[in-house]
Amino acid sequence: MKIAVCIKRVPVMDVRFRIAADGKSVDETGLKYDVNDFDLWAVEAALQLKEKTGDGEVVVFSLGPDAVQEQIRKALSMGADRGVQLKADRAPADPLSIAKALAAELKASQWDVVFFGKVAIDSADQSVGPMVAELLGLPCVSAISSLDIANGRGTAKRELESASEIVEFPLPVVLTVDEGLNKERLPNLKGIMAAKKKPLEVKPAQLDAGTVNVVAMELPAERAAGRIIGEGAAAVPELVRLLQTEAKVL
Amino acid sequence: MATDFFNIDSALSEEERAVRDSVRRFVDESVMPIIGDAYVQGKFPKQLIPRMAELGLLGANLPEEYGCAGLNNVAYGLIMQELERGDSGIRSFASVQGALVMYPIYAFGSEEQKRHWLPKMASGEIIGCFGLTEPDYGSNPSGMITMAREQKDGSWVINGAKMWITNGSQAKVAVVWAKTNGDADQRSIRGFIVPTDAKGFTAKDQKGKLSLRASDTSELVLDDVHVPGDAILPKSGGLKSPLMCLTQARYGISWGALGAAIGCYEEALSYAKTRVMFGRPIGGFQLQQARLADMLTEIVKGQLVSLHLGRLKDAGTFTPQQVSLAKRNNVNMATNIAREARRMLGGNGILAEYASMRHMANLESVYTYEGTHDIHTLILGQAVTGLNAFE
Repeated sequence: MKIAVCIKRVPVMDVRFRIAADGKSVDETGLKYDVNDFDLWAVEAALQLKEKTGDGEVVVFSLGPDAVQEQIRKALSMGADRGVQLKADRAPADPLSIAKALAAELKASQWDVVFFGKVAIDSADQSVGPMVAELLGLPCVSAISSLDIANGRGTAKRELESASEIVEFPLPVVLTVDEGLNKERLPNLKGIMAAKKKPLEVKPAQLDAGTVNVVAMELPAERAAGRIIGEGAAAVPELVRLLQTEAKVL
Repeated sequence: MATDFFNIDSALSEEERAVRDSVRRFVDESVMPIIGDAYVQGKFPKQLIPRMAELGLLGANLPEEYGCAGLNNVAYGLIMQELERGDSGIRSFASVQGALVMYPIYAFGSEEQKRHWLPKMASGEIIGCFGLTEPDYGSNPSGMITMAREQKDGSWVINGAKMWITNGSQAKVAVVWAKTNGDADQRSIRGFIVPTDAKGFTAKDQKGKLSLRASDTSELVLDDVHVPGDAILPKSGGLKSPLMCLTQARYGISWGALGAAIGCYEEALSYAKTRVMFGRPIGGFQLQQARLADMLTEIVKGQLVSLHLGRLKDAGTFTPQQVSLAKRNNVNMATNIAREARRMLGGNGILAEYASMRHMANLESVYTYEGTHDIHTLILGQAVTGLNAFE
């Protein structure tokens, strides 16, 4: 089984973000980075699939500057076999540009499964996976929360608003992974040491100019302070009135 | 977000950060939820051992050929830091297994001993303890009275008692230091690998501890314990051999204390930002800000000391006196930070639900063991004056 996993380097979220001087990007000073959470679950799914079938290869792809090698190596320390960096000064804002570059690279080999995380937690993009599927002419099942693959076919569950959907598909396939599919393993120390010796190939990303650009970035407005209307039962009529007339939620 | 005011991360390699992050997560997920209870009940949480072994935390800086992770000393130190952020007892367990049992077997053992013991100790299958300190010989181990006598057939008979032995009751093997053949000189001290099920060997839990409660601390008694000739560590000789082990362990402790300090500081900081008194978070008051600023400053200094010491150790140029300075400084600052953090938490600070008082009590042991604060003071005094103030 040949399995590809595409991962994204994202800032760790428990910081206070600032907008850079250009007004359209995030100030990277002091940020720490990790693999996008959903992509970690994609890596875990790939490793479990390889372990279940007993043979095969898990190859990790990431597009971006040399810094993304740290995230590729994290996936290698979890157990992936080799990595490929599609080198670019920065990941472009246009998901289609990224999808084209990834598809151009993935096209060179035959894959049974190409995994993505469902969404990038920094940019909230969820389209790269499905776009790659389209460009490769493969079926795509997005946001899967369970997975079973055997004999060249697979079954996956997708969580919908108030229901879930079971989908069957043939291989090869592109899958994007939702929360709940698994919990990723912690890289153990031997894995971390072994990752240094695993192959990590660097290739230029074939990026086009793209058509989507970020023109401005702004922080959400400060929330207005709350207002205390009164206390106890006596305050209820006034609260209801304000919820109807001012907040218009009742 | 972990405390990293001076961007120490930028001075760590990718691999060092990866190791630290894995251990950090293990501690957050597996140690933090259970450690308060384990402490109150006075039990070492044994159930953590298989997971620690699987992660590769036991003897992590020893070579891969013996089943270890082969990490550098900075990565090893970061492991100790994260473990002690959980609890000094957890770090003590790993320190003893790695630096005081696996290390002497690695440094002073025969190839056969290394191949026999190290992989099983790295995998957690065999837990070890280290017997140097005796009831009447703590800071002056050269006075020890435990004696091993060689028999005609080359085997040894050991008699004596050891005290304050971490892992003592759960250990399957003890590295015991003893004088040999009636010679009272410290140069006759040798190390022995003693299986704890040997006839005449007993380990007894030390009861009534108010510190390191989540740690197994025992007294060992060796009453005519008979071990074969190949139980001796062939390359051990004199007091300097166990002292070399202690240098390894103390190095790890300098990092560990940093972890405890960071744990207390982060707890105090988070409390200060959310606990409201006089109508605003207590973190807005100058007295508490001064406490936090002092804690942060001491942590940053300690981080720089330990990191640089680790780089020197990796370069093979560090001295035991430098290790003394780091252990002395970092443990002392951690005891102070733990106490200040406990005070910032007010009444809540005395509850096991919070970590600071547990760390505060633990660190009193750490202050005393592996060379007391005072003994390290004298080591430094001797290093700079050339004059011995020990005797």
